[in-house]
Amino acid sequence: MSQQEIHDWIRKQIAANDVVLFMKGTKQFPQCGFSGQIAQILGYLGVDYRDINVLDDMSVRDGIKSFTNWPTIPQLYVKGEFVGGCDIVREMFQEGELQQMLESKGVAYDKSRLTA
Amino acid sequence: MSAEAQMREKLLIGLEPIRLDIINESELHAGHRNSPGTGESHFRILIVSPKFSGKSRVERHRMVNALLSDELAGRIHALALKTYAPEEPVG
Repeated sequence: MSQQEIHDWIRKQIAANDVVLFMKGTKQFPQCGFSGQIAQILGYLGVDYRDINVLDDMSVRDGIKSFTNWPTIPQLYVKGEFVGGCDIVREMFQEGELQQMLESKGVAYDKSRLTA
Repeated sequence: MSAEAQMREKLLIGLEPIRLDIINESELHAGHRNSPGTGESHFRILIVSPKFSGKSRVERHRMVNALLSDELAGRIHALALKTYAPEEPVG
């Protein structure tokens, strides 16, 4: 697939799913500590999300980096918008900003988990 | 020049930080499956820079990523980043 086709495919995934995590491994079996941290946070917050394992396809692994213009994986998208990588998502979660963002974008999560 | 020295130089020039900590954690990952075993693969960086004032987290990380693009494309396997403006508490 060309880079253009990969980017179109990525665009479709983030349009079709409210929350998409591009990660190494799967939500059940993360294969990198950074990916695992975001999966753990989303799991804790009870967020329903699509996990895309970039290790399954080298073109997706490279494609998501150029699509976002971001050199590392994991990458979290919410409602089609890039949120950040592991450090940013963890800081946002600890500050309660991630929960606020989910709330403002109308993404369902477990409200009893308001504090980190 | 070591990867650490090279990153330090680029960050000092590009961000004029008032604090810059670069911690090499490569040894902690020496046996890990994806570790290249070069001793220069995993870093933790803390930067306090006036250039981060008024910038979002994503914008700050993009500034650092742009300065370190060569390193990130090459020998650096993992970079944990904390970015602060001078008026923010360092946590």
